[in-house]
Amino acid sequence: MDLTTTYLGLNLKSPLVPSAAAPLSESLDNIKRLEDAGAAAIVLHSIFEEQLHQEEHELHHHLSYGTDSFAEALSYFPEPDTFHLGAQTYLEHIQQAKAMTEIPIIASLNGSTVGGWTEFAQQMQEAGADAIELNIYNIPTDPEQSGADVEAEYVAIAQAVKSAVTIPVAVKLSPFFTNMAYMAKQLDHTGVDGLVLFNRFYQPDIDIDELVVRPNILLSTPQAMRLPMRWIALLFGRINADLAATSGIAHGRDAIKLLMAGAKITQVCSVLLRHGIPYLSTIETEMRHWMEEHEYESVRQMQGSMSQINCPDESAFERVQYMKGIQSYHPDALAMTQ
Amino acid sequence: MTTKTYITLDGNEAVARVAYKLNEVIAIYPITPASPMGEWADAWMSEGQTNLWGTIPSVVEMQAEGGAAGTVHGALQTGSLTTTFTASQGLLLMVPNLYKIAGELSPCVIHVAARSLAAQGLSIFGDHSDVMAARATGFGFLCSASVQEAQDLALIAHAVSLETRIPFLHFFDGFRTSHEIQKIEPLSDEQLGAMVSMDWVFAHRDRAMTPDRPVLRGTAQNADVYFQARESVNPFYAACPDQVQAAMDKLASLTGRAYQIFEYHGAPDATRVIVLMGSGCEAVHETVDYLTGQGEKVGVLKVRLYRPWDVAKFAAALPETVAAIAVLDRTKEPGCAGEPLYQDVLNALVEAWEGTFPKVVSGRYGLSSKEFNPAMVKSVFDNLSAAKPKNHFTVGINDDVTHTSLEYDPEFSTEPDNVVRAMFYGLGSDGTVGANKNSIKIIGSETENYAQGYFVYDSKKSGAVTVSHLRFGPNLIRSTYLINQANFIACHQPIFLEKLDLLKDAAPGATFLLNTTSEPGDVWRELPMETQEQIVRKGLKFYAINAYKVARDSGMGGRINTVMQTCFFALSGVLPKEEAIAQIKHAIEKTYGKKGAQIVAMNLKAVDNTLDNLFEVPLGVADSPVRRLPAMAPGAPEFVRDVEGAILVKAGDDLPVSALPCDGTYPTATSKWEKRNVAQFIPTWDPDVCVQCGKCMMVCPHATIRGKVYSPDQLGNAPATFKATESRDKDFTGQKFTIQVAPEDCTGCGICVDICPAKNKSQPSLKALNMAPQPPLREPERENWDFFLNLPNPDRQGLKLNQIRQQQLQEPLFEFSGACAGCGETPYLKLVSQLFGDRMVIANATGCSSIYGGNLPTTPWATDAHGRGPTWSNSLFEDNAEFGMGFRVSLDKHAKFAAELVAQLAPEIGDDLASGLLNTQQVDEAEIWEQRERVATLKQHLSQMSGPAAQQLLSLADYLVKKSVWIIGGDGWAYDIGYGGLDHVLASGRNVNVLVMDTEVYSNTGGQSSKATPRGAVAKFAAGGKPAAKKDLGLIAMTYGNIYVASVAMGARDEHTLRAFLEAEAYDGPSLIIAYSHCIAHGINMQTAMTHQKAIVESGRWLLYRYNPDLVAQGQNPLQLDSRAPKKPVSETFNAENRFKMLTKTKPAEAKILWSEAQEDVNTRWQMYQYLAARQLANPAASESVE
Repeated sequence: MDLTTTYLGLNLKSPLVPSAAAPLSESLDNIKRLEDAGAAAIVLHSIFEEQLHQEEHELHHHLSYGTDSFAEALSYFPEPDTFHLGAQTYLEHIQQAKAMTEIPIIASLNGSTVGGWTEFAQQMQEAGADAIELNIYNIPTDPEQSGADVEAEYVAIAQAVKSAVTIPVAVKLSPFFTNMAYMAKQLDHTGVDGLVLFNRFYQPDIDIDELVVRPNILLSTPQAMRLPMRWIALLFGRINADLAATSGIAHGRDAIKLLMAGAKITQVCSVLLRHGIPYLSTIETEMRHWMEEHEYESVRQMQGSMSQINCPDESAFERVQYMKGIQSYHPDALAMTQ
Repeated sequence: MTTKTYITLDGNEAVARVAYKLNEVIAIYPITPASPMGEWADAWMSEGQTNLWGTIPSVVEMQAEGGAAGTVHGALQTGSLTTTFTASQGLLLMVPNLYKIAGELSPCVIHVAARSLAAQGLSIFGDHSDVMAARATGFGFLCSASVQEAQDLALIAHAVSLETRIPFLHFFDGFRTSHEIQKIEPLSDEQLGAMVSMDWVFAHRDRAMTPDRPVLRGTAQNADVYFQARESVNPFYAACPDQVQAAMDKLASLTGRAYQIFEYHGAPDATRVIVLMGSGCEAVHETVDYLTGQGEKVGVLKVRLYRPWDVAKFAAALPETVAAIAVLDRTKEPGCAGEPLYQDVLNALVEAWEGTFPKVVSGRYGLSSKEFNPAMVKSVFDNLSAAKPKNHFTVGINDDVTHTSLEYDPEFSTEPDNVVRAMFYGLGSDGTVGANKNSIKIIGSETENYAQGYFVYDSKKSGAVTVSHLRFGPNLIRSTYLINQANFIACHQPIFLEKLDLLKDAAPGATFLLNTTSEPGDVWRELPMETQEQIVRKGLKFYAINAYKVARDSGMGGRINTVMQTCFFALSGVLPKEEAIAQIKHAIEKTYGKKGAQIVAMNLKAVDNTLDNLFEVPLGVADSPVRRLPAMAPGAPEFVRDVEGAILVKAGDDLPVSALPCDGTYPTATSKWEKRNVAQFIPTWDPDVCVQCGKCMMVCPHATIRGKVYSPDQLGNAPATFKATESRDKDFTGQKFTIQVAPEDCTGCGICVDICPAKNKSQPSLKALNMAPQPPLREPERENWDFFLNLPNPDRQGLKLNQIRQQQLQEPLFEFSGACAGCGETPYLKLVSQLFGDRMVIANATGCSSIYGGNLPTTPWATDAHGRGPTWSNSLFEDNAEFGMGFRVSLDKHAKFAAELVAQLAPEIGDDLASGLLNTQQVDEAEIWEQRERVATLKQHLSQMSGPAAQQLLSLADYLVKKSVWIIGGDGWAYDIGYGGLDHVLASGRNVNVLVMDTEVYSNTGGQSSKATPRGAVAKFAAGGKPAAKKDLGLIAMTYGNIYVASVAMGARDEHTLRAFLEAEAYDGPSLIIAYSHCIAHGINMQTAMTHQKAIVESGRWLLYRYNPDLVAQGQNPLQLDSRAPKKPVSETFNAENRFKMLTKTKPAEAKILWSEAQEDVNTRWQMYQYLAARQLANPAASESVE
């Protein structure tokens, strides 16, 4: 059975790719374990633009705080000639990951401004990354900034990075655009090699006992899969960039659905955080069983088969289905009372 | 530019570079001002730098200087090229080994940043007291007078020691040379190699102890041969001076820098000569040049080789015309016939002078870095012109007691016109000193100018005032004294103008630069009158800038250093303005480049923003209504006002001898008069939100936030803005409650706000405490504070001490220390002072707590309304436990003798009173109060009685009231240097309380690793991350079985801390409390440091427990584990502390390993403690019943 696929021009042994998450790829041990469990490629955890800046300021603050004040303690730390600052540690991580694995390693950049991304991206390429996933995570809160401006900034970032490197670049997006299809098209025009749908914005929670807002992260649930599924199905065949699905993939069947919608790969994260890294091989086994059962020979056979342009009912992913859905919904609770 | 290469660095670094290159083993231990030499060596080892022969020296930190000396001795015996660095008390601890090393003719060099010895008081500053105490050891002594010399003579010392086999002590003046930054010519590896013959190195190795060629050393010798054997070394010493001179000559041929073992400079036909050693030589040299230029026949003889003392060469070095000699010693030997150098000079003249015997007088100067400048030098020469010169004089002070001092004309100056002399008054936290060091490097390296920088710090760790003295000029700068004719003065903090006379050292026509928040049009008007007058009188050019704003706008926060540095370059004219700005930018890229592009960018932005905001202030008329404030607040006692106040405003040099106590005894309760006003923001209290828990008061490091419960009728005359609310405590129903902040004493650390659990329900960003700008609150809150202090304190007997909300109503007898803002140690001291302060005797080990506790001018240890309070002393670093043991033994003796006398006099004083006095347990406040009443009655009886027994009892009666002995110090003392003594004292069974404030690092000397430092932490002396686990002091103590041991962390569980202190005091035997104390040296957010302690305990890095031997008698396990199983990985807490996190930036691979091992340490330790705490003990009562 042929599980191979291509993504961003890379040949992959399967469509199963762990997505960017520190617990999965921060340690080299885990990277090895992911490869052993069948990962076809690995998207490394993101390097955060703000984190780099913050770490510089933090280090500078602590190395200078309290110095040159008191005759006996003119400083509090030894100060070496060099620091492995900013992207450096991450770049070393890329090198090490590359050295110990056979599969493609995709570096991930997370930021919200044009900033120093081009420089980071070039460094990632030099460090040996096979591709870059650009995670543009912008939560616009300025009431004076128009949607068009925000979108223009996305495009500018994608253009800047794309022109800075020769390795493929994928852009990971949020779904929060007035017209997702238009946005996808704009990005596609920049020449980016892939779109990853979708980024999940972690919504903070309110702790009513302590009266604080906490950034507690909720792992994705199967419901989350519907959003990328729709948009992948809608975009498949309409843009040049490869499509990657992420959010809510927990079983072999989920992966297959997204492949059918048009994804080249399916990125998994929450399920591995829940059940452990070896669970990746379970998903693969489930996929194989289903394909065997349904006599599919290859993944390529199914990719895009249920996209809007290929599926039996073209309106299935559009507004009309919403109406049908609402009308046909009968909650169990109501059924019980009838 | 010349073809010579130069470097700009301080004396310590210059010496350490040579020592590192020429040694294989380096034993280190921190002591000011020598610590940086060890720090350099450790850092270079960590970076893999090699010595001259291509191997990385082994740098090992020892537990004490005595240990370092032992290691040096051992390494020498086994053939390694070995060195160490030390000063002061450290050198004294080495003395026994110095005799051994010299006695065995083992070549080595000990580099000493010479420093005062602790006598009537400790001093970290420079003089020759320490080295003079070691002059009989058999070591050779070489003395350097400048940074250049320190480098060069370090090499001479190493070379000569190897050649002669005589070990050498190379010394240079602490701070003046060790910390002075100078532009010097460096030594190359080739020059180092050319000076050190490999034959000497091989010969040293051939003498090594090795089982391959076994020898016996360290024998015991008897009366028959010891003496002869002692004389056997004479030929080595006899030959040594020539060999030293030969080495100096060789260095001259290699470098062009010529030195003489006794070097004369001055008129060839001089009649008056000063003889001295060390940095003072440079000031005398400069003065001699000035005076000979005016035709005076004067000269200076610089002593470089002090041991072996060559009588003939000394005499030969003097001009034959000399008629009067002043020998200046930078040390004091009370009761001597003359200080050491003087005696040696006299001896040399008696033995070797062949002409007319000159007049020879002795003088003392420069003790503890006391100023020694050309004015003083001239007065010494003037004294020699007298028919009968004053002998055994002092110079630089006003001795109005024994009238030893020479008078001098403070206006006399030899400073040439072509030297830029700049002074900068800054706050430690604003980065002034760092920027100035940077400026010196810029000018030193980018221009042909010579450059010199010297920095004066004050005794406070928070809000410390720094004064930078910078000189730049075309000729070598020999001015080893402070600037007093500045042509540029900068005031980096406007608040300094309130109390300090900043312009007293301004030369006429000088430039004055002020950082101010005043609008340009208001700057002149808002100056104090005294400042206006000086500016007008001296015709100063006056410039100003709002550097805070420029820094803030550039993203620099409160660090105004780059802004003010740019102003200096723009105004001083050292370099053309454009070039200067370019150089600053270049230096910024060089200095901050390794810290990242962001840091560089914000500094560059600050430079660009500066020039647009700098403006000249037109001088007006001196008519300001504002006057400079007195040093101490109104109402201060006379001694505090006149003596300590003078010290506070940097006028301590002007105090005469008579002003100072002759035995080092000072009053307590003095910090309250300082009113330092160092906080920009202070907490304000919202009574409606407050839950009255007392936590803010508990954690406040400075005792500046306090609470009181009092009767409502006390509020009659309350100031308008004084806040009060109903007490929520049912024990105080109907009473009023207030939390009040001391606005002028608060350091603004914000710890109280962070710990406050009460949030405003409608606006949770506000709490019961909220920070607000201090200036507008200063006046009203000062009035409120004074009113608050006059409210009655609650009756101590009625408080429930096991409840923090009530316990914290006890009056703190430790207040307003100069510790760092947010200090993690001082809350424990404040707590213990509240609980037991009225009966405490404190032995305080040297360290942070001895500095903020007892560094002049003031002390935070305070007194209560009865005049009672902690009595405090610091003996040494290493002996603190024994010192406290002495207190206990003595107090017990007094109490026992008093009890014996009470029993003896019972018939006269009454059996009831006697019985009451003798049988009380004094276990709580009420019983202590009752005993005090009894003692008062007893004293009344005794005052009516006669006879020796009654008199004796009268002088001892107060000891019948319980005295609580507290032995206090940091981990450097308890885990390392003082551990042997601590162990003995704990094992003694005596009723002492030991409080170890464990910052896990030598905090006071700048963060060197101790055995308390956890694995993986970066510290000085552990630049590569501490490779070993933290020592478990508590566990070791528990093995004795009869020691109360507690491990506490106030920020993690305050009530646990409180309970441990109460139990420790109650335990009738030795108690050890190990208290986690966050520290600035951890690289943490100091405002949230207390809450961070909670995370540390949750990770298991710090355990909370109490080991109470009294529980054994009840059949219970004495160990109670009071913290829960670790629930956070240690890495989570590591990431919040720079000491751990920076290793991931410097050595990421090593960091990973050490972090993982550190987690394992925590896991293993937790399992062991769990096991120990779960043990079932045989119940003695139960076994008896079975029988």
